[in-house]
Amino acid sequence: MQGLMTVFYKELADHFTSWRGIILFLMVLLVSVFAVLGPTGAIDNIREQLATPVQYGAGRFAFLYLFSTSGEGMYPFIWFIARILVPIVGIVLGLDAINSEKSSGTMSRLLSQPIYRDAVINGKFLAGVVTIAIMLTTTILLVSAIGLTVLGVAPSSEEVARLLLFWGISILYGAFWLGLAMLFSVYFQRVATSALTSMSIWIFFSFFMSMAAGLAANVLAPMSQTPTAPELLKNYGIQITASRISPIMLFGEAATVLLAPGARTAGEMLQLLHASGARWMPGPLSLGQSLLTIWPHLATIGGLTAALFAISYVKFMREEIRAT
Amino acid sequence: MTKQLIVETVDLTKNYDNTTVVDKLNLRIEEGDIFGFLGPNGAGKTTTILMLLGLTEPTSGTAHIYGYNSTREPLKVKRITGYVPEKVGFYEDLAAGYNLAYTARLNGLPEELVIKRVDESLDIVGLSEVAEQKVGEFSRGMKQRLAIADILIKMPKVAILDEPTSGIDPEGITQMLDMIAEIAKERKMTVIMCSHQLYQVQRICNRIGILAKGQLVVEGLLDQLGREALGGGRLRIEVKLTEITSELIDCIRRIGGVVSVERSGDLLLISCLEDLRPQIARVIVGANGLLVEMKIQSYALEDIYRKYFREA
Repeated sequence: MQGLMTVFYKELADHFTSWRGIILFLMVLLVSVFAVLGPTGAIDNIREQLATPVQYGAGRFAFLYLFSTSGEGMYPFIWFIARILVPIVGIVLGLDAINSEKSSGTMSRLLSQPIYRDAVINGKFLAGVVTIAIMLTTTILLVSAIGLTVLGVAPSSEEVARLLLFWGISILYGAFWLGLAMLFSVYFQRVATSALTSMSIWIFFSFFMSMAAGLAANVLAPMSQTPTAPELLKNYGIQITASRISPIMLFGEAATVLLAPGARTAGEMLQLLHASGARWMPGPLSLGQSLLTIWPHLATIGGLTAALFAISYVKFMREEIRAT
Repeated sequence: MTKQLIVETVDLTKNYDNTTVVDKLNLRIEEGDIFGFLGPNGAGKTTTILMLLGLTEPTSGTAHIYGYNSTREPLKVKRITGYVPEKVGFYEDLAAGYNLAYTARLNGLPEELVIKRVDESLDIVGLSEVAEQKVGEFSRGMKQRLAIADILIKMPKVAILDEPTSGIDPEGITQMLDMIAEIAKERKMTVIMCSHQLYQVQRICNRIGILAKGQLVVEGLLDQLGREALGGGRLRIEVKLTEITSELIDCIRRIGGVVSVERSGDLLLISCLEDLRPQIARVIVGANGLLVEMKIQSYALEDIYRKYFREA
């Protein structure tokens, strides 16, 4: 236990005093502020919505819409969190966790101290998760503070509960990317290799997954020149299912359901239904119903994270230290 | 008086994918020994050390340090053993003092003792003035000294140093070795030092073991082995003659104090207990031999090393 805490505190101190940590922190804060305050950011959008009321219950969840909406040509806060900020923070904190200690010769010195070997990997993982948690807390509080002062809208108790839940799953999501990066840092001896591998997985899921899903949908459910509603639905269904392979999509959907209670799952789906002439106006989901909707998403992200960490753990524990 | 046995291995064996790296090794190192662990690259020295520390599991056999089984009780072994790996490294962007404090905390030292021990250790290796400097700015020699300070933090009973002098300049090596010997004496610390720099080992070690292909070729007190290598005597005198006759060899053998005489080409290798050059010269002249050259040498570790490698 004492070994674990020592490693944990040292790693935590490293994250917050190194240039790497400071730059990450600045990036997270600046992007968040930009998403909210920037031109056609969330604030502008909410002001507009409040001026023309009764649209997806905008008035009721004005505070949450700080996080989940944006104007034309801009992405909402949760888009940045899901696609860019949390993956980058998780990957950068974990990409050289184990292999840099090996290449710099500190690992054998570390392991010759009277600590259990798993204290090293547990302490590092824990320190990464806590760093992610602190960054997320800071940025969510910052955005809330901006909302309070600029908009003058206070959150309701349900909104606070939803934000807390969002905070929790964001940390879990961060732990997933951290676990992924650490896994490669256990497997690959060179930092450059492990960094590139986790980065390319992120880039694939973030930028190419939707393309791949669209492609898969068009192959499996081709659409005619003037697609009918069932055709469209089938195509869209496949596309969404395929893109759910990506943890980014899973987290994005979960976050949208939590922070934009008007939406069921994917916003595009609703617009599509609307455009195809469905006479159905969605009302906001209750908190319990929202949770029920995203439960499978959470279980999947949690399971993936646990699996990644377990593989790294076993590999690290069984690895033999050899004379070089 | 028998000294306490600090390190003991019994038939210690390690196989890596069908190749035997360490083969039934039986090591016994006593308290206060400075043990020079010698052998060519790939002889299995580092693997043996890793097994002693419990970092690698032996295929068969056991290793004990201070009575603790290295494989079963690695934490107890690590608490009393300081290890300086061959390619020792520190966190380059952290201060030297901070690096040592980390080691102290990993050893579970209470916070009030951490700073005291760090200061003491840095003082012993003469790095007090650069305690606040980042290790990245250190020279190779400074890092090696910091590595010694790093093991002093836990006040070990046994120190295992794997090539502690690699990459240091000659003067630095001398200082380093003297420092190690002094600390070992002061703290009654048993030292195991791996090296292939024979001169260094000879300088401070009292006992050596030579490992070749995973087997201990020879092990014992340096003094004793040196004599054996020189044919039993303490000194060796090399005599070059124009002609060597067996009568002459017999005459030399009869001189008191000569242990053995060996012929090697036009050289006579005479092993003796004291400097017998005048006596030998007289015998040669008396036998009408033509003396070309006469050299005296005390044993060098190189002789031991070479002798046993020829045998192996």
